[in-house]
Amino acid sequence: PQAFQIFILHKVLISRNYMGNMDMNEVDHFMPIMMRMEEDAESLPLVTHGSAHFLWIKHRNLYLVAMTKKNANAALVYSFLYKMVEVFKEYFKELEEESIRDNFVTVYELMDEVMDFGFPQTTDSKILQEYITQQGHKLDVGAPRPPATVTNAVSWRSEGIKYRKNEVFMDVIESVNLLVSATGSVLRSEIVGSIKLKVVLSGMPELRLGLNDKVLFEITGREKCKTVELEDVKFHQCVRLSRFENDRTISFIPPDGESELMSYRLNTTVKPLIWIESVIEKFSHSRVEIKVKARSQFKSRSTANNVAIMVPVPSDADSPKFKTSTGSCKYLPEKSVVQWNIKSFPGGKEYMMRAHFGLPSVESTELEGRRPITVNFEIPYFTVSGIQVRYLKIIEKSGYEALPWVRYITQSGDYQLRTN
Amino acid sequence: MTDSKYFTTTKKGEIFELKAELNSDKKEKKKEAVKKVIASMTVGKDVSALFPDVVNCMQTDNLELKKLVYLYLMNYAKSQPDMAIMAVNTFVKDCEDPNPLIRALAVRTMGCIRVDKITEYLCEPLRKCLKDEDPYVRKTAAVCVAKLHDINAQLVEDQGFLDTLKDLISDSNPMVVANAVAALSEIAESHPNSNLLDLNPQSINKLLTALNECTEWGQIFILDCLANYTPRDDRESQSICERVTPRLSHANSAVVLSAVKVLMKFMEMLPKDLDYYGTLLKKLAPPLVTLLSAEPELQYVALRNINLIVQKRPEILKHEMKVFFVKYNDPIYVKLEKLDIMIRLASQANIAQVLAELKEYATEVDVDFVRKAVRAIGRCAIKVEQSAERCVSTLLDLIQTKVNYVVQEAIVVIKDIFRKYPNKYESVIATLCENLDSLDEPEARAAMIWIVGEYAERIDNADELLESFLEGFHDESTQVQLQLLTAIVKLFLKKPTETQELVQQVLSLATQDSDNPDLRDRGYIYWRLLSTDPVAAKEVVLAEKPLISEETDLIEPTLLEELICHIGTLASVYHKPPSAFVEGSRGVMHKRLPLGGDIGGSPAMGAGFGAAPAVMPASLNAPVGGGLGDLFDLGGGVGMPMGAYIPPKTVWLPAMKAKGLEISGTFARRAGVIQMELVLTNKAMSVMTDFAIQFNRNSFGLAPAGPLQVLTPLGPNQTIEVSLPLSTVGPVMKMDPLNNLQVAVKNNIDVFYFSCQYPISMLFVEDGKMERQVFLATWKDIPNDNESQFQIQDCHLNSDAASNKLQGSNIFTIAKRTVEGQDMLYMAIKLSNGIWVLAELKMQAGNPNYTVSLGTRRDGEQHY
Repeated sequence: PQAFQIFILHKVLISRNYMGNMDMNEVDHFMPIMMRMEEDAESLPLVTHGSAHFLWIKHRNLYLVAMTKKNANAALVYSFLYKMVEVFKEYFKELEEESIRDNFVTVYELMDEVMDFGFPQTTDSKILQEYITQQGHKLDVGAPRPPATVTNAVSWRSEGIKYRKNEVFMDVIESVNLLVSATGSVLRSEIVGSIKLKVVLSGMPELRLGLNDKVLFEITGREKCKTVELEDVKFHQCVRLSRFENDRTISFIPPDGESELMSYRLNTTVKPLIWIESVIEKFSHSRVEIKVKARSQFKSRSTANNVAIMVPVPSDADSPKFKTSTGSCKYLPEKSVVQWNIKSFPGGKEYMMRAHFGLPSVESTELEGRRPITVNFEIPYFTVSGIQVRYLKIIEKSGYEALPWVRYITQSGDYQLRTN
Repeated sequence: MTDSKYFTTTKKGEIFELKAELNSDKKEKKKEAVKKVIASMTVGKDVSALFPDVVNCMQTDNLELKKLVYLYLMNYAKSQPDMAIMAVNTFVKDCEDPNPLIRALAVRTMGCIRVDKITEYLCEPLRKCLKDEDPYVRKTAAVCVAKLHDINAQLVEDQGFLDTLKDLISDSNPMVVANAVAALSEIAESHPNSNLLDLNPQSINKLLTALNECTEWGQIFILDCLANYTPRDDRESQSICERVTPRLSHANSAVVLSAVKVLMKFMEMLPKDLDYYGTLLKKLAPPLVTLLSAEPELQYVALRNINLIVQKRPEILKHEMKVFFVKYNDPIYVKLEKLDIMIRLASQANIAQVLAELKEYATEVDVDFVRKAVRAIGRCAIKVEQSAERCVSTLLDLIQTKVNYVVQEAIVVIKDIFRKYPNKYESVIATLCENLDSLDEPEARAAMIWIVGEYAERIDNADELLESFLEGFHDESTQVQLQLLTAIVKLFLKKPTETQELVQQVLSLATQDSDNPDLRDRGYIYWRLLSTDPVAAKEVVLAEKPLISEETDLIEPTLLEELICHIGTLASVYHKPPSAFVEGSRGVMHKRLPLGGDIGGSPAMGAGFGAAPAVMPASLNAPVGGGLGDLFDLGGGVGMPMGAYIPPKTVWLPAMKAKGLEISGTFARRAGVIQMELVLTNKAMSVMTDFAIQFNRNSFGLAPAGPLQVLTPLGPNQTIEVSLPLSTVGPVMKMDPLNNLQVAVKNNIDVFYFSCQYPISMLFVEDGKMERQVFLATWKDIPNDNESQFQIQDCHLNSDAASNKLQGSNIFTIAKRTVEGQDMLYMAIKLSNGIWVLAELKMQAGNPNYTVSLGTRRDGEQHY
């Protein structure tokens, strides 16, 4: 049973009772619970009052709350709430108090359409936009009908799409998650990849994507090429999962426009792309001295762009002084970090930064956690995993030729190095 | 211009103004007014007074306006039921609209209006919409059946909507199928015993096919529905698993978790030595790990579920320790859950890394997290013996930090380490004692006092330390008081000479000055012990303690099984069964995993019956007719108390055939309830737990009416008597002999099968009296073929005594006549399945042999 009600609130902005047999005033208990938790510095995405369970997510300063009294599928509820955010963003650009008020009629219409009696229905915003629009309609003159797509097996792409020039743009984006202990050993290193599509194709094209997937190459007996071992792959619902399970073929009818076709994850033992060594010395009541060495550990033909290294400093530090061998430093008191920016960081290079802060003679009593150094960067034309798009075959019954374009980029994900 | 302007209306005379606008001739003005009404409703103002005016706007050609009016109706129809009826006509008309969007909108909205009068009118339009040509309408109508069922279940059944809904499972459109499945599952939830979903290999196949074609949400409905099915055997189980596995690659975390649920459940039936079992285990790990990259709330749900999975099948994630390492920016609820899983996965292989992490966490600033980290270090010490020493030294380092709550937490866990490894780490006691003063939490104080008492002989100033606590005895919590009492008694037994005064003091504090009954009782017991028999006191108080177990906080196995069946739901997040937090769900069947196919490599129990009847000895070979003979209780005198006949207990399952478990038993009918009375004896060397029982299908649909209540583990040489109430609503299959019952009993060791026969008299129901006229008519109706005769020999009862005796077993004498010195008793019996059996009993005075003629109108039953 997924039976529940949805509220979007700050104080309740808009709500929808999908079951009809619940007291909508129960939600009045929600905000006080949130406030109490905030006071106790607690947090839980699932709270209870009496027999009502509230599952909530927060978007900007809005709470999206689902209320149920049954043993609902919690994973479905959260997943649905995030989907709602996505739909609203597609419709109104941003989901915030103002956009809800400005469009409350459409919001009601959408809430009626995306869920019925607690069962999520159509949540694909592109398809929704075909029959829930922001203009009023007259029934006799072209009131919309539910597109067949809504209930079709191919529920993500409508028929009759036409483009003069047929193209597909692919972005292969790899994010590196890294966790390094204070002693400098790599605790976790993970690559989360994502293949994004921008599809500009007419009709109902059949696509087949070929990757240098290790399992596929083993099946087909081509073992000499450089391959990638994908640990776990997740696909957009357009991909035929049983087919992939059987022979690792990625075949699909793509949604029109932009979408994420697949994501994958692999644990690797590759060298961290940007290595940081740091010494943070705190002399109580007087000063903090920070020395940071950054080294790029990728081939020199690649270059990392927009590198930002965030080094934590005590919250009561003052009078910053910096010295860098390259790039520039900025003290961000609101985040209690010093941010070292390097516009362009070629492979195989090493740079230094020193920072000096004063500390007040009266020490703050508040304990501070030992925050890690975090790093942001992006390296274009490069994937850490070595994944390659070998081909993208596009077949449409009208027989047009279409060009696929592929772009590779590697970027920092959750890139943390613990400090002493 | 945006909609926000509708929220700003003048306060005074607002309703009045709106009323006028709603009745305006201008369409545009009307629409504006309805928008204002909805805006007021949205901000919580009561605009129900406008009901008739808004309903008047319902017949409009403007779609947007129509939707708004419908929205208004859903909100206020309940408070204005009489006026809501005005809307019915438009609803019915809209259900016939050429535009499917309107038809669906009407049927969707009508289902949300919980007014009986409207509900009645819903039936016809709903019936049409369920057969609508447009799948968009059908998928909406399918959900509407569930809505209607929630309002008026009887109506739905009477109107035959359930059958139509079942038909929709074979619909050509995947979304219709998905919604039909969702609706049926929802309805089935409130009828746990109905066979609504009628899951069988054919329908399962349909669902698996639809799984490939429907939306992500539809896939979840179907997977959740599949999880309720119990495959017939391991082969079916495997083939379903194979078709569900591809869902693990779905981008939606909820689809993945529902697929994991199905796999975790069906895996239970796969033999462990099967290659596929290993493959499946390997396939489960990567998607579970990937869930940790989802949004934090989904991570939380995933982690709570992984916690269950790790307890049920630790092998799946045993190599994935690192992914549970805590990140600085994880929300606190994610951190705490990760920590919990880290401890569960800790093993000798990864302990060094785990400890390094825990030490790092213990120096964080979040108090809850730090405490849990310190506790985790203690648990590692207990779990992985090789690491104990390192854990203790880590804890000592942490105590040196002097952070108050860290110190207290550390002392609590060190106490447990002492209990696990006695006489090994006592050298640290001195360090602990240094921190005595800083302990202000009861648990830490109690732990410290326990340590001092336990090791009193090695602590020179133990008496001083304990005495210092005694000063504020009455301000301490009960936990500390009890511990202090015991510790001082221990101290006295170890160093009697110098502590006599102290022990006197604590005993009098506990017995005379306290009003806590537990404390007083414990005090008196010690006092008597010490004054009557100090040697016995020593044996009792200083007795060797059992070692504490390695795994703490494990979820009790039956609950764990139930929670595995609820993966992804609130129950799995709370780690509580749904009955604990959903109102009105008490008494609903608890979900259970299918009994394991891997136990002894035999096929699952449910399926095993069909395959393996040969192993079941027919232990009772008496003919069924004998059952009646038994009723006369040939040996027993007339003086026996009246009551239903209960055969003596016989051994059904000898211990040598069941790895030491002996089962004997009998059947009885007590106060109208059939009971299976079992005696379980453990003749093995080890403890038996986790008992469960199942019956094969049988002639009268006998089935356990509840679980087998063996709550405490059964120790070696222990015997337990259990009464299992039976119902007669289970699946029916004709057995030979008819009263044969095949039973499977499971325990932690294996599954065992036996068969036994129950006395038919147990099925005789209490309302078996028949009108004389009816009896006569029925007796004549019985075809000759359905009559049988047999003799009962050597019975010394007169007719009245016999009649009384039989009535005790629900055999009722309807008439009696005497012909030529023969007493003829005419009797009626009604069986639990509604079949009547009529009997004529001829008895001749002085002749101990009786003749019984039996007859029943239904074929096939005459051999009673």
